Order: sequence, then structure tokens, then C-alpha cells
Amino acid sequence: MTTTAPSATTAPAEKAAPAARPRSTRRGARRRELGAASVLMTPFFALLVTVFLIPVGTAVWLSFFSQDEPGLGFGPEHTVFVGLRSYAAVLTDPTFLGGLGTVALYCLIYIPLMVIGSLGLALLLDSGVVRLRSWAQLALFLPHAVPGIIAALIWLYLYTPGLSPIIELFAKGDITIDFLGVHTVLPAIVNISLWSNLGYNMVVFYAALQAVPREVIEASVVDGAGPVRSALQVKTPLVRPSIVMVAIFTLIWALQLFTEPKLLSLATPMISQRYSPSMYIYDAAFTRNNYGMAAAASVVLLVVTIALSYGVTRWTNRADSPEENAR
Amino acid sequence: MSTLDTASALRPRLLGRTTVKIVVGLSVLYTLLPALWLVLAASKKQDALSGGSIFSLHDFSFVQNLRNLFSMDDGIYTRWYGNSLLYAVLGAGIGAMVSIACGYAFDKYRFQHKEKLFGLVLAAVMVPQTVLALPLYLMASATGLVNTFWSVFIPVLFNPFGVYLGRMFSQGYVPNEVLEAARMDGAGELKTYLRVSLRMLGPGVVTVFLFQLTAIWNNFFLPMVMLSNQKLYPVSLGLYTWNSSATVSPEYYQVVIMGSLLAVLPLILAFILLQRFWKSGLTAGSVK
Repeated sequence: MTTTAPSATTAPAEKAAPAARPRSTRRGARRRELGAASVLMTPFFALLVTVFLIPVGTAVWLSFFSQDEPGLGFGPEHTVFVGLRSYAAVLTDPTFLGGLGTVALYCLIYIPLMVIGSLGLALLLDSGVVRLRSWAQLALFLPHAVPGIIAALIWLYLYTPGLSPIIELFAKGDITIDFLGVHTVLPAIVNISLWSNLGYNMVVFYAALQAVPREVIEASVVDGAGPVRSALQVKTPLVRPSIVMVAIFTLIWALQLFTEPKLLSLATPMISQRYSPSMYIYDAAFTRNNYGMAAAASVVLLVVTIALSYGVTRWTNRADSPEENAR
Repeated sequence: MSTLDTASALRPRLLGRTTVKIVVGLSVLYTLLPALWLVLAASKKQDALSGGSIFSLHDFSFVQNLRNLFSMDDGIYTRWYGNSLLYAVLGAGIGAMVSIACGYAFDKYRFQHKEKLFGLVLAAVMVPQTVLALPLYLMASATGLVNTFWSVFIPVLFNPFGVYLGRMFSQGYVPNEVLEAARMDGAGELKTYLRVSLRMLGPGVVTVFLFQLTAIWNNFFLPMVMLSNQKLYPVSLGLYTWNSSATVSPEYYQVVIMGSLLAVLPLILAFILLQRFWKSGLTAGSVK
């Protein structure tokens, strides 16, 4: 609607312009554009509504209701409005809070290791020392092509006494190691995630480093920067957008932690069925059939995810701005 | 200063160079050895697995293991493999086309609330899959789609990050002049998209396809929620169930390992064959 009004008022000016086309064709062109845009966008937005907006809405709605079984369990179930009761129940449930704590700890260990490790490897490969660079990249990238559940399976076997060559190797040196013990199970999960994604993020950083203009690096050499300084003080700040992107995606995935602990839970009593928030949701929804609790836990996880991703973006933007001003 | 001098000035001294090589070498071993273990374990006899003699050169029975895998539980593994291929290849193919078309429209056309809608797409990237699982399950139950092919197939088509990539690719690969020229020739917008723009977006389509193929092939949570009929399982869920049975009946260990090895192959093949496409896609995603 806003499009037609200005064109009507500026019509005389348009007449003066030599290249101006008649108004009717312009408006026709506009309509054709809108038509094309709607045809091209409809399939995606149909999906967005059915598998994203409606489910999110349903999750929020469900979190305020509960299926109460009347009397002695006779008669049909009916849904009643319970307000914030499910939230109160979830947020005071020690197993849910424990899950949140576990994932927080997992993030604190995993994300820095991942970002530093993959960026470090990319910088090393970019330094030009390593021969067979593309082979090294391919080898490091390989685990990304291994599905998460299979990565977890491989490592589960490598953690299992009697099957694992690693444990056997340690045993030869008289060291007993239990990868699935109370203090080792979280690092064991971190290791699986790291193994799966290190190479992928390394390739992201490597591609970004390749895009750094060579003149910038040459200039730093003229200024007397050695290889280490040029890597840390020249190249790293230049790939900052990639670092932020990798950090945010790693965070979003880390908060959903499910596959690895779900599989390891078969092998160790250290992992309960409510080990992480996602496992808690699964357990509440499909084992306990408590939809209200599951929905409330989902909404809490959603809010935490959005708040943290938003926080990271804001934080990195703020950290960016003084630099920008100084330039 | 010539480029050659710069290169040599940036090259670390001998000690540093050795350290670099050792670090990269150890990292490569870290990523390769577990994969190598999978290959060796898949080719060994069941007893050799637990004997710890995995790196010895005896007790090979690769062919027999393959036979066992395909005959286990009436050959259901073939079925799972076929399902995974169907979910992943068809899903990624349709999903990539849908996302790219939408990203292209975001880039090339002007309409109201464009940036707000794009913000919604980006927000969708952030939402954990586990949050959507219960509502999707209830919706599928209500429409009678639960425990059918469609209950897994429809949700995996949704790929908001693909729309973001599509917009980036469209900016980079399809110059606006091309569209102007096509309009001058009187070609319709959709015809231009299908005949001209889509061809230029080729590498972008491949990239989004490959990312989505990986995501669907890896998908485990959604099938676990939706499916109870083993005949509809993808490989990931099938192997998980077999592994769960292995705690009771150990003869499953060997088939799980062999099944895992075969399940890894398609993605490795796809990544190697389509290398030059997805590497360009990774940079497009980070340039903002």
C-alpha cells in the first residue's frame, strides 16, 4: 500500500525523467515481483508455519495445561488450566536443575576447547608449514561425515572395558582407567562431540583465513611480526565473524545435548534418563506421559537458548565497537 | 617485498616447525584412529573383538560379517538403509530447492516486512529440535500421520539455515543486471528464476543439499519420537535399537559395528565428490 502513494505524488517528476517508463508497467512490474516472491516463498513458509510456529505455540499452550485424571483413575482424562504450575514443578525439580547444570558444565568445557582447538588447527594449517595440507584437512574433516549416533557408538566401544584397545593399552602400563565413571563421564561426552565437530569447524576457519587479503599479512611482516604474532594478532581478529558464528552454532547444538548421553546411558549407571534437559523432555513426554511438564521444560530450554545466543551476539558486538571506533 | 620473502619470513623456525607438524599429526591421528578402529573391528570375528587383538592380522571375516549383517532379523538392515536414503536424498533434494527459492526471493524482491520475516527465519535456526518434538508428535497423532513415512519426512524438509545461505548465494552469484536484462526481454519472473538464476545458483543448491543430507542422515531424535514400526526406521535408529539389544544378546555387537561402517560410507562419498562446492558454501555462511 505504501508503494502506490509515493508514485502517484511523484508522477510529474517522473514524466520529466527521460528513462521513466509509463506508470502502469511499473506497477505491473511490481505486481509481477510480488507474485513471483509469493510463489517462491510459499513452500518454505508453509513449512515454517506447520513444523515451527504451530509446534512452538502448542508447546507454550501445553505448558499451561495438565491432563488430570479424575477420582480413582476412572473416567476420561480431561485437560485443565493450571497456570504456571508446570513451570513451578519443573523449576523445582532437582533432576531438571541438575540437567541444566550438567549442560552448563558441558558447555563451559566443550565450547572453549572446540573454538580454540579448531581455530588453532586452522591457523597451523594456514601457516604453510604442513605438507599434504588438503589430505590433513580431509582426515580432520572425516568424523563430520560420521553420524552422531555412530560416533557415539564407536566411542562407547572404545570406552568399554574388554572391547577397548585404549583401556588395554593403559592396562599394560598398570593404569586402570574408567571412562564411564562419575567424574569421567562428562569429559567422555565432551570428547565425542569434539571428535565429531573439530574438523568441520576447522574447515570453516580455514576457509575464512584463506579469504584474508595477503597484503594485510605482508604489511604485518614488514612491521616485524613473527609467525605467532601474525597468527594471533593479525589473522585471528580478521576472522572474528567466523569465530562468533562457530561459537553460536556450537552453543545451540551443545544446549540440545541428547544423542551421546542417550546412547551411553545404556552402558553406565552414571547417566540417568534425565541427564540433560533434552533427555528430561523426552523422558517427561514419552516415558512419564506428562505433557505439561515436558512442554514447560521445552519452553524453559527454548528461552535459555534464545537468551544465551542473543547474549553472545550482543556481547561480541559490544566487544567489537571500541575496536571499530579506534580504527 | 615480494611474496616469496613474506612467505619465508612467516615460516616458523625449525623448532616451531617441528612442533606444528607434531600437533597437526597428533590431531590427524585423533580423528583417524577411531575410524580405523571401526574398519578393523568390522572385519574381525566376533571373538577377536573382545580378545583385544584388534590390531593383529588374524581372524578376518569381513565377508561373513557382511552376510551376518544382511541376514540379521530377516535382512531388516537393507530396509533401514533404503529408508535412510529415501529420507535423506529426497528430503535434502526437496528441502534445498524450497530453501534456495525462498532465499532468492528474500534477496531479489522488495516486499513489506521483509527484514522482519527474515528475522523470523533466523530465529527458527536457534530453536532446539527437542523443543518441537512433543508438539510435532501430538500434531502427527491428531492427523493420523504418526508412525508413517510422512511424520519423519515433512519436518526434515524445514531448513531455515538453507534460506539464509540461499540469500547469501543469491547476492553473490546472481547479478541484478541479469534479472534486468531478462525483464527487458519480457521474460516472466518465475521463468527467469528457473531458466537463468537457478543455474547460476547451482553450487549453492549443492551446498545446501549436502548440509541437509548430513543433517537428515544423522537425524535420530525425530524418528525415535515418531516411529514405532521397525520397518520405517532409518539406519541411525535401527543401529540404536540393535545396540540396545546387544546388552542382552552379544551377537548384535558385530552387526552393529559392520552396520555402522556401511552407514558412514554415503556421506563420506558425497563429501569427497562434492568437495569444491561445499567448501565455498562454508565461507558464504560466515561472511556477514
